[in-house]
Amino acid sequence: MEQNTAPTLLVRKESSASAELALRIRKHAVRMTNLGGSSHVGSVLSMADIVAVLYSEILKVDPGNPTDPRRDRFILSKGHAGAGIYAALAESGFFSTELLDKHCADGSVLSGHVSHRGVPGVELSTGSLGHGLSVGAGMAYGAKLDSRDNRAFVLMSDGECDEGSTWEAAMFSSHHKLDNLVAIVDYNKIQSLAPVSETLGLEPFADKWKAFGWSVAEIDGHDHTSLYAGLSTVPRTAGKPSCFIAHTTKGKGVSFMEQSVLWHYRTPRGSEYDEALNELDSPV
Amino acid sequence: MRDNFVRQLTELARKDPSIFLMTADLGFRVLDGFAEEFPNQYLNVGIAEQNMIGLATGMAMDGRTVFCYSIGNFSTLRCLEQIRNDACYHEANVKVVAVGGGFSYGPLGISHHATEDLAIMRALPNMTIAVPGDQWEAREATKALAATPGTCYLRLDKSAAPATARAKEVFQIGKARTIREGADITLIATGGILGAALEAADSLVEQGITCRVLSMHTIKPFDGEAVIRACNETGGIVTVEEHTIHGGLGSLVAETCMDAGVKPAVFRRVGLRAGFSSIVGAQEYLRREYGMDAKAIAKAVAELVSAGSPHSPRPRLRVSSGGAH
Repeated sequence: MEQNTAPTLLVRKESSASAELALRIRKHAVRMTNLGGSSHVGSVLSMADIVAVLYSEILKVDPGNPTDPRRDRFILSKGHAGAGIYAALAESGFFSTELLDKHCADGSVLSGHVSHRGVPGVELSTGSLGHGLSVGAGMAYGAKLDSRDNRAFVLMSDGECDEGSTWEAAMFSSHHKLDNLVAIVDYNKIQSLAPVSETLGLEPFADKWKAFGWSVAEIDGHDHTSLYAGLSTVPRTAGKPSCFIAHTTKGKGVSFMEQSVLWHYRTPRGSEYDEALNELDSPV
Repeated sequence: MRDNFVRQLTELARKDPSIFLMTADLGFRVLDGFAEEFPNQYLNVGIAEQNMIGLATGMAMDGRTVFCYSIGNFSTLRCLEQIRNDACYHEANVKVVAVGGGFSYGPLGISHHATEDLAIMRALPNMTIAVPGDQWEAREATKALAATPGTCYLRLDKSAAPATARAKEVFQIGKARTIREGADITLIATGGILGAALEAADSLVEQGITCRVLSMHTIKPFDGEAVIRACNETGGIVTVEEHTIHGGLGSLVAETCMDAGVKPAVFRRVGLRAGFSSIVGAQEYLRREYGMDAKAIAKAVAELVSAGSPHSPRPRLRVSSGGAH
């Protein structure tokens, strides 16, 4: 058993499972948004490493029994990046990767914003921001009442922290000492129309979460070793919910999509599509 | 009604540990007994209704039946999207409870006038809606919604009709109750204002007008058959609701008739036509002010009967003997 952080880190350096999963999620995202003519590829690329580490190393979930009451709950609160979760679930064996081709297609259950109906492994349908943390807190609170030791992980966007309901949930979770709840903020610093700093600045962001009673760590959201080290040692503080502010780059892995508001919306087509896949296959 | 709701929920909670009650910091003294008896089945989440519904959804997904209690608009409109996306879409066992339906909190002003909730809740898919008219219905509806899978809305009223239940009567979600039998008009009422409808029906007897009175305690699923029977068997329909006339019971009855291709010989919706009420007052006062009290209902019926009688002398009357009280 890994009892503390240091040996865990050493073990992790040898592992490439999460790196492989991250690459597959990215390639699926580019392909799915291309096929589906859909948006938010930049948002998926931003969170791909976080999701890959969660699904390959952290979450206790069983594709053979996706509703096992003892499972960890994962909520994608930034539902617009649904393609990334569908890809992670399919690659983890929850359903066939062939289904991914139907993303956003007529008659498909794989909506642009993540939906649970007909999709094993999706815990919560989201798409309107500011919903996920409350539901995750409810799951964590219920687990405490039932003395279950499963955890709830909620992956949020930075823009989502504009929503007041996020902070209602944040206040609640620390008041009730939900140390089985983990919030991860994909802090890529770009929201829907403009940089976060120009829209509604979140800084001092870590201090806000701390002031709300959370145990907070800032990590590199693309460094699998750091992600694993952080996420595998929750709760960070007994009696407190854990918050990871994951510093990320929107569009990570495709140079022309990085740090760009445009790729919150644009569909990769033609040469852009080919170039994106080439870059992912042979990173510069 | 809220006291009977809490009494009934207490009985349910004693037998079923999955029953859970949340409040968004309202229910002074009303919920104390429940909170003391069931510390692990009760939670005051603070003044945060959006969070309340999200929490309730998360807990319901793991097997609980979570009642979410607050005043009219707070437990419905403030957190509407959480009710829609989180509770309803996931068919979560979340039971939204609003106390203070209609003008129950009349003196407190428009923030506390719950007069659009039924129209709005009605539009949500996967939603069951109960609006009890008397204390018995309040208890029965509480029981029934606890046993109904999925998301539900319970609208409780400060006023309540006098006891209407017959011995051994069985309450059924989605089945209107015939409280009075009559031929000239069917009064279809929802909520505590059922009392005013009954009072109107009683007063009309002196004028030789008899009314069938239905308690439409469930808005969704809706008992369309009872409406169609009222069209076919009585001289017309008057709907009575302490709610805007837009999208509530009256609209629902009209839609039901049009869809079925039947037409009541005469029809009127008694409800709130004024929009916002910037004047305040007791529930009774505001009903009177806005033409929704027993007198106004009786007047509407009398007008319709006298206007409608030459054209539709209610020949189709087939009074069933079972429903009379």
